[in-house]
Amino acid sequence: MAAIAPGQLTTADGTPLKVSFARALRRSRLKALGLVLPLFAFLLITFLVPIGDMLFRSVENQLVGRVLHRTVAALADWDPASGELPGEPVFEALVADFVEGRENRTTGRVGVRLNYELGGMSSLFRKTGRRAKRIREAPYRAAMIAIDERWGNLDVWRLVKRESDAYTASYYLAAVDLRFTAEGSIARQEEERQIYLRLFGRTLWLSLIITTLCLLLGYPISYLMATLPVRTSNLLMIMVLLPFWTSLLVRTTCWIALLQQQGVINDLLVWTGLIGEDNRLSMIHNRTGTIIAMTHILLPFMVLPLYSVMKTIPPSYMRAARSLGANPFTAFVRVYMPNTAAGVGAGSILVFIIAIGYYITPALVGGTSGTLISNFIAHHMQVSLNWGLAAALGALLLAAVLALYVLYDKLVGIDNMRLG
Amino acid sequence: MSAPAPREAFVRFADVQKSYDGETLVVKNLDLEIDRGEFLTMLGPSGSGKTTCLMMLAGFETATYGDIFLDGRSINNVAPHRRDIGMVFQNYALFPHMTVHENLAFPLEVRKLGKAEVEERVARALDMVELTGFGSRRPAQLSGGQQQRVAVARALVFEPKLVLMDEPLGALDKQLREQMQFEIRHIHERLGVTVVYVTHDQGEALTMSDRIAVFNDGVIQQISTPEGLYERPENVFVAQFIGENNRLLGTVAERNGDLCSVTVEGGLVQALAVSCGGRGEATILSLRPERVTVAPEAGSCPNVFDAVVEELIYLGDHVRSRLRLLGDEEFIVKVPNSGMHRPMHVGETVQVGWSAEDCRALDSPPSFPAAN
Ligand SMILES: Nc1ncnc2c1ncn2[C@@H]1O[C@H](COP(=O)(O)OP(=O)(O)O)[C@@H](O)[C@H]1O
Ligand SMILES: [Mg+2]
Repeated sequence: MAAIAPGQLTTADGTPLKVSFARALRRSRLKALGLVLPLFAFLLITFLVPIGDMLFRSVENQLVGRVLHRTVAALADWDPASGELPGEPVFEALVADFVEGRENRTTGRVGVRLNYELGGMSSLFRKTGRRAKRIREAPYRAAMIAIDERWGNLDVWRLVKRESDAYTASYYLAAVDLRFTAEGSIARQEEERQIYLRLFGRTLWLSLIITTLCLLLGYPISYLMATLPVRTSNLLMIMVLLPFWTSLLVRTTCWIALLQQQGVINDLLVWTGLIGEDNRLSMIHNRTGTIIAMTHILLPFMVLPLYSVMKTIPPSYMRAARSLGANPFTAFVRVYMPNTAAGVGAGSILVFIIAIGYYITPALVGGTSGTLISNFIAHHMQVSLNWGLAAALGALLLAAVLALYVLYDKLVGIDNMRLG
Repeated sequence: MSAPAPREAFVRFADVQKSYDGETLVVKNLDLEIDRGEFLTMLGPSGSGKTTCLMMLAGFETATYGDIFLDGRSINNVAPHRRDIGMVFQNYALFPHMTVHENLAFPLEVRKLGKAEVEERVARALDMVELTGFGSRRPAQLSGGQQQRVAVARALVFEPKLVLMDEPLGALDKQLREQMQFEIRHIHERLGVTVVYVTHDQGEALTMSDRIAVFNDGVIQQISTPEGLYERPENVFVAQFIGENNRLLGTVAERNGDLCSVTVEGGLVQALAVSCGGRGEATILSLRPERVTVAPEAGSCPNVFDAVVEELIYLGDHVRSRLRLLGDEEFIVKVPNSGMHRPMHVGETVQVGWSAEDCRALDSPPSFPAAN
């Protein structure tokens, strides 16, 4: 046992108090850790790792350097600005890479990757892959150009050189409608290929509209629920929560049945004579459809925080305001509403954040004018298989959400946010 | 001074009834008149309808039947914000998103007063409650007592003629409560404003009020000055609710004028006939513990009985003794610690006595639980 200094406090069995205190503390810490460990592991595997992977993929670019490793090494002292094609050793290395790549079926993927940057690269790589093994001896350059004259094009070589780094910014550039020019400087994407900025803008704009609608619709109902007797307010709460309890697909299908041109609402409007038979409103498979369906789906996310905040506002505030001479409207605006700010903030930021990342509903009812950025992320993941671009778009979305959080924290304070 | 001309009371409840559910009356046939400048307290146990009365006066509840008059005008159809009645709520209801200054300025701003006047009145109100310099704080940054003062100042800053206070001191600790009682009373005297004050604390009611209306079960049991209530309770509820009280159950044996003799277990007691029935009716005798004399001089009281000392509690200025007498084991006597009394001992038998006027024979409501 450690020597005990005179005057040091000890427990009954003579252990120094500090030691046994630390031991007790360690035990309770371990217990606490044990309790959260499963959740932590779950979050790590299902949340943090995928996000990290996504962020990595948005800049990762090792494919070109790995598959064409001889070529890339040989290109090291070629100056893209020289205006001359690379020399014979580079072409020799290229042939060797193609022969190896044909065996591992990897050159095709490089072609797909480079095709994101320059059209035709995919077919060039497939074609070359099939024929490169026939080239046995020098002159390699002439032989390659004979296979496809694009190998004599400087831009192709500049592209290979540029994308040979392990990391690239080209996905991010593409995600904000920029691109590298053949010379390597950054320029705007051609007019007809500028879609993402507009899409981001549309996503933010629609989310703003949806958030505003949710607030306008959710505020009165929350107020009603917070002030009515519990029995009535519970009934209202159930109706508000109904969207939570029905399948997303069922709900969305209902909206289609209601809103389509031959749907219930149009039929009703025609029947009442409000609109003519040939002026049926198009309310679905466009922006309107997205707004209506998403407002419906996201309304509970607005109502719940609003309700929970309003529930804590004592009725005596309004009474005090009235007794002090304020008419009902003034009392509401000057006393009640400021006290709901935390709920408005929490609900709005929640709805907005869910809205800008929403995928299914816009995909089903959004048509072309009502799709959001996440639909394009899905497109790049499932159809075009450009995961790097999908990851870059996703990362930008994530950055937007985080920026919103920071903004909210500055304006209202995250601590004031009350979600329920 | 000439005799005051008969005039309308400042506040008048005329036969007011209130029901929340259409089945039970929370306030029953309330008639109450409050004079200008008076400090009237509604005192009663929780649930007796005090708050409801106040809310009807303030306009947040409507009377189910009857009229309420303010300054001679029926206010049944006047909206709360047009009544010009200041109100202090139990939990103060200070607006948490406004500073103290903004809270005080609120009633003035909604009345569209000029900026200079607002500033001046707010400063005056802050000065009145001795909170000058606290204007820029939020309510949450104030102590309970300070919040209370702000609430009082806010209810007074627009110079209403009538101020309602619903258990305003309920959330404060004892010492602060006593200090605030004094301050509110002081402000009332200085401003001459009419105050209707609600409390369930009889001590508070006794120290602050000009008059007290004792509520029970939606009915005013008695309205009187504090002294009147304590000295001359008119029914068992009031006697029991205000101050300490010995109760003896008995039957009226004989009435002669203001006095009566009452048969209780083991004796005949001379008492003041207050609200007891005639001969043969059950009655409850009410007797304040401090009006009982231990070992009275012979012939000084009409009521002298033997009592056994059950328990003695030394309380400094007096000794509280529990005696067994006339079948009651909880008979309390307060013996002043004046040195004139021979010390008592538990178990001994002593003589106690009281005058007939101090012993009030009250009616015995059938619903009233039998004495313990
Ligand atoms: N808003 C209300 N709805 C229904 N019943 C109420 C309401 N307010 C008070 N009551 C009932 O009325 C009775 C009197 O209440 P209240 O006036 O608050 O009494 P007090 O203030 O004396 O404690 C109580 O039985 C209470 O339950
Ligand atoms: Mg009350």
